[in-house]
Amino acid sequence: MLALKIAIRFLTHGRMQTILILFGIAIAISIQIFVGLLIGSLQRTIVDRTLGSSPHITISSANDVPTIRRWQQIVYEVEHNNQVRAFSPSATGNAFIEKGNKNLPVLVRGFPFSNADQIYNISDAIYDGKEYRTCREVLIGRELRDELELDVGDKLVLSVPRSGTTTLTVSGFYDLGVASINKNWLFTCLDTGQEIFDYGNRVTSIELTVKDLFQADTVSRQLGKKLNNDNIMIENWKDQNEELLSGLEGQRISSAIIQIVIIASVVIAIASVLAISVLQKSPEIGILKAMGINDFNASLIFIYEGFLLGLVGSIAGLVLGIGLLYAFIAFTTSPGEIPIIDIYFDYGFVVRSWLVALIVATLAGVIPARKSLKLNPIDVIREG
Amino acid sequence: MSGIIQLKQVNKTYHGAVDLQVLFDINLSFEAGTCNAITGVSGSGKTTLLNIISTLDCPSHGDVLINGKLVNEMTKNQLARLRNETIGFVFQFHHLLPEFTALENVLMPYLIKRWRPSLDVVRRADELFEMLEITGIKHSLSTRMSGGQQQRTAIARALINTPKIILADEPTGNLDSETTAKICQVFRAINQRYGTTFIIVTHNYLVAEHTDRIIDIKDGRIISDKKKNYG
Ligand SMILES: Nc1ncnc2c1ncn2[C@@H]1O[C@H](COP(=O)(O)OP(=O)(O)OP(=O)(O)O)[C@@H](O)[C@H]1O
Ligand SMILES: [Mg+2]
Repeated sequence: MLALKIAIRFLTHGRMQTILILFGIAIAISIQIFVGLLIGSLQRTIVDRTLGSSPHITISSANDVPTIRRWQQIVYEVEHNNQVRAFSPSATGNAFIEKGNKNLPVLVRGFPFSNADQIYNISDAIYDGKEYRTCREVLIGRELRDELELDVGDKLVLSVPRSGTTTLTVSGFYDLGVASINKNWLFTCLDTGQEIFDYGNRVTSIELTVKDLFQADTVSRQLGKKLNNDNIMIENWKDQNEELLSGLEGQRISSAIIQIVIIASVVIAIASVLAISVLQKSPEIGILKAMGINDFNASLIFIYEGFLLGLVGSIAGLVLGIGLLYAFIAFTTSPGEIPIIDIYFDYGFVVRSWLVALIVATLAGVIPARKSLKLNPIDVIREG
Repeated sequence: MSGIIQLKQVNKTYHGAVDLQVLFDINLSFEAGTCNAITGVSGSGKTTLLNIISTLDCPSHGDVLINGKLVNEMTKNQLARLRNETIGFVFQFHHLLPEFTALENVLMPYLIKRWRPSLDVVRRADELFEMLEITGIKHSLSTRMSGGQQQRTAIARALINTPKIILADEPTGNLDSETTAKICQVFRAINQRYGTTFIIVTHNYLVAEHTDRIIDIKDGRIISDKKKNYG
């Protein structure tokens, strides 16, 4: 405790020097936090915007028959996997809409609404009318609506290959922000999908999202093992986006290197400042030793100095770094626009960085502390 | 006879560009509860001798015993403990810690062994400040004090743990004759109240006169050792 008190006094006595080094540490840590959070947010943003609202894992038939048998068993496994956030069975098929003398190809996607909503976020995307409630109701995308000039309540005639035509009622319109989906996809009940394409009570796919996006491949392997079924195919977004992932990995590595370099420079800065401090304070240390402070407590003074510099410097750095991130977002976004990066605040990363800074700063005190062991009081007492 | 401090055949040679022998075959024994003065011209080896007695320096040859224990057989930590609990120092250049106030400096030897100052020790500090007439600078930093005030603060620091032994190197070097006389009285009072053993290095005839024994050193040898006879 005395060592701590002396450390605090040494630091507050040479105030200018302490402020300078704290400033240095704070700047370094803030850049580390800024870079780490920025790259992390950037990666999440890229993935989120690439995937959009789409399933992370899709289970479908692996053979010529488009439908899956005994799909309830798959649903059971999916439901009981604690990594899965949402899932939905789907009865999907191709159809055409006649317009003038053209045939517009569309994809009819039959889903239980509440399940599909958790994956595609449809309710937020409906901008006119409402969700489909009863069978034979359908939701149409913005682009397709414009092309067909439809309104809520209108009838839509679909021609289905091999089954003839069928009529659906428009319940509303959605905009998922992706033109190809808006133009192609019709959302309807699962029953309707099954009926139109004569699937009986089977489905064509089960789609799911997982809690941690980056664990999609692991979850998909887990499910594959559990289900052990050659007739189905389990695909995840990671396998389908390898180039994106290797790009992200490159980013992650360069971010890690920047952070390591910064931490190393913090160590060097603290260690060298404390080394100078040992020299400056050698008279005091000598006198304390003459008065009977033991080597352990004498060296503890410098460990504490390192710890205190690290503590205050890193907290200031955290605040500064997080501030920097928000300032960056504010400066790069004009009012009313979508920010170029969505901030993903990784608490784990912030806490980890803080702990690393603290431990590293404390360890940086070890070098000068060892130096202080060699200090002999006799050399000090002789001088005035 | 066995004293609280014993030196047997102590020699000291400084090794440098040229080897310089500073102390020659010193044999001394200090009785507990006595007041001793070491005098001699500048460079005669007084500080060197005191540093060896204080366990801060080692003799090149010979033995030092404190409380009958051989110093060179003790570990570094045992020595630190011994210095903290048994010996009070007044250094030739007082050496206060500039980051701390007078009171904090005075309490430092106590804080080294125990973290919280007890009420007793704070009271003792107050008493010492009063005895040494420096109550006014109790909360001043040492850099804001006169040389004499610094020296008296250093004396209070040496006395705070009521050690068995006080080693003082020119404790009155910066003081006028009136204050010097005052310090001598304080030393005497402590000596009588607690039975503290004093070894005081001094040029000052006045200070030497106040002690029970005057040891005179010249060129690293004892040339006279006079005990006063009160009887
Ligand atoms: N570390 C050292 N290395 C080499 N020589 C030293 C060292 N310390 C002291 N000396 C020499 O030893 C001799 C005795 O020094 P010491 O400090 O013991 O004298 P002193 O009697 O205390 O003198 P003063 O009254 O001036 O304080 C001196 O000649 C000095 O130059
Ligand atoms: Mg001297």
